[in-house]
Amino acid sequence: MGHSDPALTQHQNREGAAALEVSGLTHDFGSTRALDDVAVAIHPGDFTVLLGQNGAGKTTLYSLVTRLYNNRTGAIEIFGYDVRRDSSQALTRIGVVFQQPTLDLDLTVEQNLHYHAALHGISRGQAQERLEEELTRSSLINRRHHKIRQLSGGQRRRVEISRALMHRPNMLLLDEPTVGLDIGSRQDILDHVRSLCREDGLAVLWATHLIDEIDEGEQVVILDEGKVLAAGGVEEVCKQAGTATIREAFTTLVGKEPEV
Amino acid sequence: MTPIHYFRCFVGIVWREGLRFVHQQERFLSAMVRPLVWLFIFAAGFRSVLGVSIIPPYETYITYEVYIAPGLMAMIQLFNGMQSSLSMVYDREMGSMRTLLVSPLPRWFLLVCKLLAGVAVSVIQVYAFLAIAWFWDIQPPLVGLLTVLPALILSGLMLGALGMFLSSAIKQLENFAGIMNFVIFPMFFASSALYPLWKMKESSLLLYNICWANPFTHAVELIRFAFYGQINWLSLAYVAVATVVFLGLAIYGYDPGRGLITRKAGA
Repeated sequence: MGHSDPALTQHQNREGAAALEVSGLTHDFGSTRALDDVAVAIHPGDFTVLLGQNGAGKTTLYSLVTRLYNNRTGAIEIFGYDVRRDSSQALTRIGVVFQQPTLDLDLTVEQNLHYHAALHGISRGQAQERLEEELTRSSLINRRHHKIRQLSGGQRRRVEISRALMHRPNMLLLDEPTVGLDIGSRQDILDHVRSLCREDGLAVLWATHLIDEIDEGEQVVILDEGKVLAAGGVEEVCKQAGTATIREAFTTLVGKEPEV
Repeated sequence: MTPIHYFRCFVGIVWREGLRFVHQQERFLSAMVRPLVWLFIFAAGFRSVLGVSIIPPYETYITYEVYIAPGLMAMIQLFNGMQSSLSMVYDREMGSMRTLLVSPLPRWFLLVCKLLAGVAVSVIQVYAFLAIAWFWDIQPPLVGLLTVLPALILSGLMLGALGMFLSSAIKQLENFAGIMNFVIFPMFFASSALYPLWKMKESSLLLYNICWANPFTHAVELIRFAFYGQINWLSLAYVAVATVVFLGLAIYGYDPGRGLITRKAGA
């Protein structure tokens, strides 16, 4: 099979397509409006922070983008592929780290990654190569035979990131990946994902409610009560809000102090 | 995605279920203890109370233990189907169902793989039970051990699909006690697992009709006949249709467009 395995080749993306393009997205749960006319565009190589308080609609957006359930209005395209019509094409291009831990605690790191590879139709041999690459990159290679139960919270998160990259996606979606971690592990994970973004040209959508996870020069989308209040580069958003810092911009736009 | 990708995915899902099974020895132990308690204790106490006349597929008088053995095999599968449905709900909260559902392969295929993996585990449990029951004089003709396999696969599919549908549909599936009360007990007791249906008919015609309509009854009868190298065509047809219906409902339940998970996720 070698590198000709279509499950692993560099994906042919539609030319000029954004990594993620969401437009006119509205979603209701019963009478509650979770997302209201949301538009977001993320480009290859962008590290974009989706900033919003708990309940702002971040997880709903992730559920729709990963097609846990369908959007009824609006469009979601991943590298030009509609998530509903071309879901298989769209889903091979994204790697996801969910908010809740999703690893099998009683299985080893390697077994967890093999399972994920199988779900993507990757052969056992290819999966072994890929997992060794990814675990080396996340400095977990010597833990590969450990059970997840034996790992710390930060290590588990890094395993989940490695897992999300097993099938060589072009975009990484992370939903509050630092929740429950200490400050040191938080920073490790952030640095790790930022370097992935730089080195591989991955598009990254990083959802958080913590404002200090934003760096200057990055892209930010502020979501509140299902509406996008501002989107663009950090400086641009500050300028729109007429403030000097992103923290003040958030406070001005949302009307509440952000969490740090 | 080509057939080889589908195949690797299938192998991966079954392999994971197998690993989980190996690691959950407690679950295996309780899956064994449950039917053995019925066989060793309950059946011993009831053998003198309940006389079982000669009804097909039996050709001679049989002990009560022999009568309930097929019902206990089906019970193992019933528990297994409900347990995996419960673990699916639990998994979804923990998120590992989501890991499964972001696979680029079609969702119906992922659900069927998951179902087959659960059936494989339940079949292993049934044979482990039979190995012990052999020493308790549950000794079918040897060929019966082979002919019962397809029956176990089909009944396992039916019960697993039912569990999967319930996991997508019912919000209050938080604990196993609820499933015990509302699914397992009614299905098990209103069936031919513990008493032949003609006995039920003597007590109440309505109850007899309910028992007759219960898909679990037909799973038990399918297994009972297959255990003696025979086919109960009516039960086979009933179980096959029920499997298709439950599986259809489960796939509907997990469909991202129409399914019930949409409403559920918003709750």
